[in-house]
Amino acid sequence: MGGVRAAVVGVGQTHHVAARHDVSMAGLVREAAAEALVDAGLDWSDVDAVVVGKAPDMFEGVVMPELWLADALGATGKPLTRVHTAGSVGGSTALVAADLVRAGVHERVLAVAFEKQSESNATWGLSVPMPFSSPLVAGAGGYFAPLIRAYMARSGAPRHIGHLVAVKDRLNALRNPKAHLHLPDITLEQVEESFLLWDPLRYLDVCPSSDGAMALVLASEEVADRLPGPAAWIHGSAMRSEPTMFAGRDQVNPQAGRDCAAQVYAEAGITDPRADLDCAEVYVPFSWYEPMWLENLGFCEAGEGWRLTEAGATAFDGDIPWNPSGGVLSSNPIGASGMIRFGEAAQQARGRAGDHQVEPRRGLVLGHAYGGGSQFFAMWVVGAAKP
Amino acid sequence: MDADTLVERHVLEYPGGYTRSLGPAESRFLTGLRDGRIVGVRLGDGRVMVPPAEYDPETARPVDEYVEVGPAGVVTAWTWVSEPRPGKHPFERPFAFALVRPDGADTAMLHVLDADGPASLRVGMRVAPRWRAERRGHVTDIEAWVPLAEGEPVPAPPAPAPPAGADPDEAAEEPGPVTRMVSPVRLEYEINAGIAPTRYLHALAERRIVGQKAAGSDHVYVPPRGSDPTTGAPTEVEVEVGQDGTVTTFCVVNIPGLSDLAPPVPYVCAQILLDGADTPWFGLVQGLDADDVRMGLRVRAVWDDDPAPDARSIKWFEPNGEPDAPYESYKDYA
Amino acid sequence: MSGEVAVVAFAQTKHVARDRERNEVELIIPVVREAIERSGIPRHEIGFTASGSCDYLAGGPFSFVMGLDAVGAWPPIRESHVEADAAWALHEAWVAILTGEVDSALVYGFGKSSLGDVHEIMTLQTDPYHVAPLWPSMVDLAALQASALLAAGEVTERDLAEVAARCRTAALDNPNAVVAEAVDADELLARPITHPPLRDADVFPVTDGAAAVVLAAGDLARDVCSRPAWISGLDHRIEPQALGVRDLTTSRSTALAGANAGASAGGLDAAELHTQFSHEEPILRQALGLGDGVDVNPSGGPLTANPVMSTGLIRIGEIAARIHDGRIDRGLAHASQGPALQQNLVCVMEAR
Repeated sequence: MGGVRAAVVGVGQTHHVAARHDVSMAGLVREAAAEALVDAGLDWSDVDAVVVGKAPDMFEGVVMPELWLADALGATGKPLTRVHTAGSVGGSTALVAADLVRAGVHERVLAVAFEKQSESNATWGLSVPMPFSSPLVAGAGGYFAPLIRAYMARSGAPRHIGHLVAVKDRLNALRNPKAHLHLPDITLEQVEESFLLWDPLRYLDVCPSSDGAMALVLASEEVADRLPGPAAWIHGSAMRSEPTMFAGRDQVNPQAGRDCAAQVYAEAGITDPRADLDCAEVYVPFSWYEPMWLENLGFCEAGEGWRLTEAGATAFDGDIPWNPSGGVLSSNPIGASGMIRFGEAAQQARGRAGDHQVEPRRGLVLGHAYGGGSQFFAMWVVGAAKP
Repeated sequence: MDADTLVERHVLEYPGGYTRSLGPAESRFLTGLRDGRIVGVRLGDGRVMVPPAEYDPETARPVDEYVEVGPAGVVTAWTWVSEPRPGKHPFERPFAFALVRPDGADTAMLHVLDADGPASLRVGMRVAPRWRAERRGHVTDIEAWVPLAEGEPVPAPPAPAPPAGADPDEAAEEPGPVTRMVSPVRLEYEINAGIAPTRYLHALAERRIVGQKAAGSDHVYVPPRGSDPTTGAPTEVEVEVGQDGTVTTFCVVNIPGLSDLAPPVPYVCAQILLDGADTPWFGLVQGLDADDVRMGLRVRAVWDDDPAPDARSIKWFEPNGEPDAPYESYKDYA
Repeated sequence: MSGEVAVVAFAQTKHVARDRERNEVELIIPVVREAIERSGIPRHEIGFTASGSCDYLAGGPFSFVMGLDAVGAWPPIRESHVEADAAWALHEAWVAILTGEVDSALVYGFGKSSLGDVHEIMTLQTDPYHVAPLWPSMVDLAALQASALLAAGEVTERDLAEVAARCRTAALDNPNAVVAEAVDADELLARPITHPPLRDADVFPVTDGAAAVVLAAGDLARDVCSRPAWISGLDHRIEPQALGVRDLTTSRSTALAGANAGASAGGLDAAELHTQFSHEEPILRQALGLGDGVDVNPSGGPLTANPVMSTGLIRIGEIAARIHDGRIDRGLAHASQGPALQQNLVCVMEAR
């Protein structure tokens, strides 16, 4: 990694819920941003630049809402940037903010990602039918469910594997007061009996639709060293994209994800992610993506991801907990979800994850986001010690 | 093939409009309008801002000292709309947009003026709000600002009319604050398909599936989008592909109403690799029970009786009777 | 890390009012290819790719994804996108190079303003509670700023006509412009006022187009380009959006960005300003301290071609191209977005 060392010195997020009727859009982003600044021990006037990420503007029906929200974000007189990289946006927003610090351009950067998708409807927003494109609209699940079937065929995974993840992540969410879904009675049977939406995905295998915001304060080494609270140092960061469709594309285990992970691990000195990481916050919006990403991210050989899940390796008390926060399966404000992964990873590294804190070992945690047709990837590795 | 440009109208509209929760500042402002008052907020530097922001634009601090302003005001900028947009603008006849600074405020609010014509308008003129009798907590509760002659008294807002059917002898209940609003947003577009998709779609009208590849490449793209994405090279070579293909993967959809074209649930959406193509086609598989669909199923395109240059000309794919393709033959595409 | 980053290549479409044939991908393909070829850097060696575009302009969500098909993102590339004019994508790319992780970047912007009603689409940038429901268009909002400016007394209608006339005439030398005519201020003043106080010539032409720029660091830039356009300063700032809370006769965010970018650190030969409306030029000239000796919008500027989402990037490209071919030694490019010059970016480039 080049440049100035950068760290996450403040984290804030809203309590994610189906709909926030009590706040304006400004109020929603402020809640997360204000919490992050308080956490960092900084004031609005200390922020040098603001980076905002969110999903397509159709969700809220405002073009480039960050321009209108400049006041609420304390951005008057400051640089304000809006990142939009589909589902990975929360992660790429954090990386753009971190780069501003690493390049030496700014010292204290506020990164905010949000979605107030209850103002419209997430299913509509994700699949507005366009002229001259495929007329068949099957929803997000309709795109990913066939890829999950293909994974099952490749790997021989039994049908219940996804349901194990659906239970695990919701049980983890019970330790996270900010999570949207709190399902204390969830059982494997409940998931198996829930409505079959897109075979093989059942209702409880799928993420909720949430309103929410996430904010991070990124700071340079010089600033972070002077602040009272703990820092999560960035040990590695990477982004990779590949085209939506091309001849020979592996849609199930995309090269872009593998390449992105390889760079991040190389930078962070990770050779065996399962052993070298304490835990991982990984973008799993459909339960089956846990075993698929276990393989894509090199936690095991291709075809073996489902065995790791089945063995309980990724459970809260397993050797490599995945999504101790409850993950995307428990909270999904679309534009924010990637940053929630990155921020929860930072909280783990800082020892600030409260009841969902995983016992640190090597002190390194992975944050991961993806989007589009499994084509956009953003990742970072953060740690309690400086790189 | 010289194909006519394909253009289609497209409407972008969230049905029913966006349901927005207002937050405290906007709620005070719009509730004030409902009640015939213009409410601003005092900023950190002492200025009164209207409409009120939730957070001070200079200091970013929350602000909550609300101040009533107006009712009259001064025009600080104006422009004339000679061709109003039907269904969007507040008037069908020409009108003005203006920045109006209500008396007692230090900032101006954007609103409309109702006047005879642009010749009657000037920056610095005094104006007064003309209120609607029926107000709901919307910026149009002020129907328009109108010129106010010197010495002319400002008309009071009409008392809100009682709801239809209400008992006039019953004391009207004090209505609570306005906390939400619904915003219709509708935009129209004319979108053209592009050169490569146009050629492909015209071939569909002839019941031919014609993919494209870049010169020097073997990779046939169906449907084509104009480029080979791995190189960015334009796909200028046409290659007709077969009407038969293999289901490489699929799912069974159980959610009704996702799409205008969706058949009754359960239905199968599949990736279909047409013979000769190198990218999958996303489509429906019909003609057998959803439970009987499997990876490797061999299918054939079923055409509309009257195909047009439109992706819907292929209605769905049906089993073609051939034995299933072995996994090895398509596993790189699944 | 020296911090030396230069623009080494620039390409743009031959802009048109409405491209009835090509879709966005087909607009981008030749522009990206030309920029990469001019750069002399092989496509697979370019370290980072960033683009700017707008979903609402395209009429649907995730519209930037189609742009990726035009750039050859295979093997997978490091790539990002901003929902903003591509000048902001260039800023992101500049930052990426400054981290030292990459030494080159491809930046592109695209958009077909002719598909919908761009004036109306940009209404949706405004406050959704109490401004957007009145549907003031992009032109209405600009006209309000022009009204305030003229009312303040220092800028006249004739000043606006002179800006418009100068730009239209300059565009005769620009094969990429949509509008060009030999005209003087008197002729324009004789034409009707259509959006008081603005005339048609004071308002940008709706344009479809795309543009691309290649950035390179230090030694690489010197290897591939005989006269790189070195970025000596780059900064952007934003103001509150509400028109009524700002002094519309000045552009404090432009002044701040210009100061941070070192606009006045040395003589400027030329400046390309993101003036979609003629009244914006006197405001920006004052904010940037541009004297009479500076050639403003030698390309004709956005009043003669405004492919929204690329316009700001093209300002940077036009100045860079003039440095590349020796016409100038030092120039300033400005990009803007948001109603009435709400957000502004300044890029100062020079030969060394």
